Amino acid sequence: MTTTVRVPGTTASFTSHPWVRFAVRRLARLVGSVLILISAAFLMIHLIPGDPVRSALGPAATKSLIDARRESLGLDDPLWQQYLHFLQHLFTGDLGTSITTGLPVSDVIRDRLPATVQLAVAAFLVAVLIALPVGLAMGVLTRAGRRPRTELSFTSTTVILAAIPEFLLAVGLVYFFAVKLHWLPVAGRGNMSSYVLPVISLAVGPAAVLARICRVELLAVLQTDYLRTARAKRLPAAAIYLRHALPNAVTATITLGGLLLGGMVAGTVLVENVFGWPGLGSTIVSSILAKDYPLVQGVVLVYGVGVLLVNLVVDVTLALLDPRSTIRES
Amino acid sequence: MRARWIAVLRTPVGAGAGVLLFAVLLLALLAPLLWSHQASAIDTEHLLEGSSAKHWLGTDNLGRDIFYRVLVASRTSILLALVATLIAVVMGLALGCAPVLLGRRAGRLTTAVVNIAVAFPGLLLALFFAVVFGVGAKGAVLAIGFAGAPSFARLTQTLVAGVAERDFVAAARIAGVGRFRMLLRHILPNIAEPLVVNATIGAGGALLAFAGLSFLGLGVQPPVYDWGRLMGESLNGIYVHPAAALAPGVAVVIAGLAFNLFGEAVAKGFGVPAMIGPRLRERSAETMPAATDDDEAVLVVKDLYVSFPGPITPVRGISFTIGKGEIVGVVGESGSGKSLTALAVAQLIEPPGQVRAAELSFLGAPLLGRLAVRSTAAARRRLLGTSFAMVFQDPMTSFNPTKRIGTQLAEGAREHQGLNRRQAMARAIDRLRAVRVPAAGRRARQYPHEFSGGMRQRAMIGMGLMGAPALIVADEPTTALDVTVQRQVLRLLETIRTEDDVAILLISHDITVVAQVCDRVLVMYAGRIVEDLPASELATGARHPYTRALLAAVPDLDTPLEEPLAVIAGRPVDPAAMPSGCAFAARCEFAEDRCRSEDPSLVSHGPDHQVACWNPQGTAAWQARYLGSESIRTGQL
Repeated sequence: MTTTVRVPGTTASFTSHPWVRFAVRRLARLVGSVLILISAAFLMIHLIPGDPVRSALGPAATKSLIDARRESLGLDDPLWQQYLHFLQHLFTGDLGTSITTGLPVSDVIRDRLPATVQLAVAAFLVAVLIALPVGLAMGVLTRAGRRPRTELSFTSTTVILAAIPEFLLAVGLVYFFAVKLHWLPVAGRGNMSSYVLPVISLAVGPAAVLARICRVELLAVLQTDYLRTARAKRLPAAAIYLRHALPNAVTATITLGGLLLGGMVAGTVLVENVFGWPGLGSTIVSSILAKDYPLVQGVVLVYGVGVLLVNLVVDVTLALLDPRSTIRES
Repeated sequence: MRARWIAVLRTPVGAGAGVLLFAVLLLALLAPLLWSHQASAIDTEHLLEGSSAKHWLGTDNLGRDIFYRVLVASRTSILLALVATLIAVVMGLALGCAPVLLGRRAGRLTTAVVNIAVAFPGLLLALFFAVVFGVGAKGAVLAIGFAGAPSFARLTQTLVAGVAERDFVAAARIAGVGRFRMLLRHILPNIAEPLVVNATIGAGGALLAFAGLSFLGLGVQPPVYDWGRLMGESLNGIYVHPAAALAPGVAVVIAGLAFNLFGEAVAKGFGVPAMIGPRLRERSAETMPAATDDDEAVLVVKDLYVSFPGPITPVRGISFTIGKGEIVGVVGESGSGKSLTALAVAQLIEPPGQVRAAELSFLGAPLLGRLAVRSTAAARRRLLGTSFAMVFQDPMTSFNPTKRIGTQLAEGAREHQGLNRRQAMARAIDRLRAVRVPAAGRRARQYPHEFSGGMRQRAMIGMGLMGAPALIVADEPTTALDVTVQRQVLRLLETIRTEDDVAILLISHDITVVAQVCDRVLVMYAGRIVEDLPASELATGARHPYTRALLAAVPDLDTPLEEPLAVIAGRPVDPAAMPSGCAFAARCEFAEDRCRSEDPSLVSHGPDHQVACWNPQGTAAWQARYLGSESIRTGQL
């Protein structure tokens, strides 16, 4: 996606500014990705073998009911016309009507989205707040091959934690903390305590990966020439680590952390189902099982846009932290 | 190839993961044959029971034994995961190779689509495809396969791009080999290995993803069961019957880990193994503390050693003194220990490297050993921070890329000279001006990547001038620069010396550079100083055969162009296998028996001239060849 987009009516010096070029390039990529996402969500219904309305309403549905529903969904129009309608409705915020409940899809999403966002953001913050200090501390402790046993136990612990999928961890946590110890609620969304288990289930895996990346990045930065320069300036150790090593180690960590956040958005689907969390994750699964395709379409769009926005935020943060990245990309 | 596999299986992780993977695969093969009867036997007298002698992990709602069900479910779980992985790899391979087969335009399009698809988490893609392919085992296999394809496509693209740049592919292309044949014969065999390794890791991921889909009810449907379905169905009964939900979970994690760890062990074994050398034994570094006899000396180095675990000792007992305002050059081939000497005197050798010396003192203050204890670490840091400047070889990498040049200069002054932010920045701009950086005020606000190499090296020197330096240690300061910029930087260093009376230790592999600007030259070979002489004597009075060989290797305007350039025959000594005699003996045309058995020490050969050689040269014939050779003095290449 390195096509240069010329913005009409701007001066040459303006478009040649690296920040403007970065913004234009990044926005072009976002628009391209969103268009592909929308097209994929639209085509999803048409890729399903057979008649989606027939499969949604079941074999008992009468032909007249199916025909009526097909017409209300506009499924008998030519494909391009349906696509245009789909885009048109999308821009007015109309995502269609749920087949099973008859409610507007946008209402369902508005209802359910906050719970999912809360869960994902809380888990991301917890993961970062645990992973960065742990990873950096491990990096400092195990630099240049020091403390090989600490390194081994850190690496093996994080490998194992990262390999446990969030829904298995969730089941294990529910068993110990809710069923056995009765410390925390088994499921549902209520007061603060109901957040603990879902958030931990979501955060542990990414935190383990992030801590490992963070350590490796710090070790790499500690070996750079510019860190030697900082030492040659005879700065105190704290200044060397905090001012020179940390920002550069964190830059790469954030890139990968962003990918993890994207994965976390997806992880909510499974965790919500374990905890009966009233978010989009349980909605998408129940709607897939119920073959409620307009609702599936809407939720897929929301998840997809969410992931794209996360990636955008990551890229912009990265550009702010490391001015080279705006240039490097070209 | 086979040896590497054996090596992988010999590592603890590789062996453990290999055994685990073998056991998991064996279980998947045998369990349904052996226990499918027990797993499906309905025992109506024991419904939903806890663990007992008869049923280890209890029974489900039809009284079926959970332990056996978990064992038997292994085949379905693993088989489906492997099929999904196969789909992902084949599709990824097709997408990744598309640029080779379809040509530029179509290739670009697939690359762009893959790049966008890769940005979405696998589970979301799997859910999307699960809708398209329908709920059930077949749909889930296809969904997970399709969802995994983008990352394998990305991997294939990277691998193909790496192979396509190699010579044999270019040769095949020029020879007119067709695209398809090229892919089959030349590219695929070379990317197969990393692809298979990553597929193993991917199979672990597919296993977990499949368990996820089945857990959600989107995967295998009754009466077929896999680990995910067993878990999903027993989740509601977790209060009364936790084992039923936990046991399949444990099975999934173990099987997933087996694939993951084995893949990663193989990947690591086929790459470069991370070696941690044995720890260096702490040696008694303290020798006789010698008092500084020369108050004028800026830097006194006596019997300096630098060693690393191995153990190897690349710097072996060197001594020299640098007087006020003196420029001392250190020359030698790569690996002669000259840069390590520079880092050692600057106290910048990092563990596991070790520095010891009979004396290492700067401006009369001991930096090393027992004497250094008298001064506090903070005082030493301040002294070095204000009076001891470093200039490194590569100006491109020696600045922090994320900070402005001015900030990086100002930092040390704020730390050591107690200046506030504004004062320090003003000083930084003033110093940039002093090293002739044009538009210093604007330049100070720029980032390193906005500076050219020569400008960065000026800024680096300016950083050293932030305090009031008594010594600048410049480690190959001009090596990374082009010739005209080299001269500017050297001239700048000379100016600073004359204007501020700063001593300079100039490390270089380029004897012409050293001859050009230095007062005195130290010639290093294999971690020792082999000759210490005034730069003015270099052209005519060098006595060590190595020094002479270095000089003879410099081409000048009289060098006949039709003859090959002079080189020093043989290779530098391996620091891990130091000979007992003179280290240069193997390459020296004057070497005698004594040279091979006894190591010569540095002894005086006239005023200000020391040579470590049993057979110092000084014949008229040699002098005649180089007498009046202006090329060395003026440093023209």
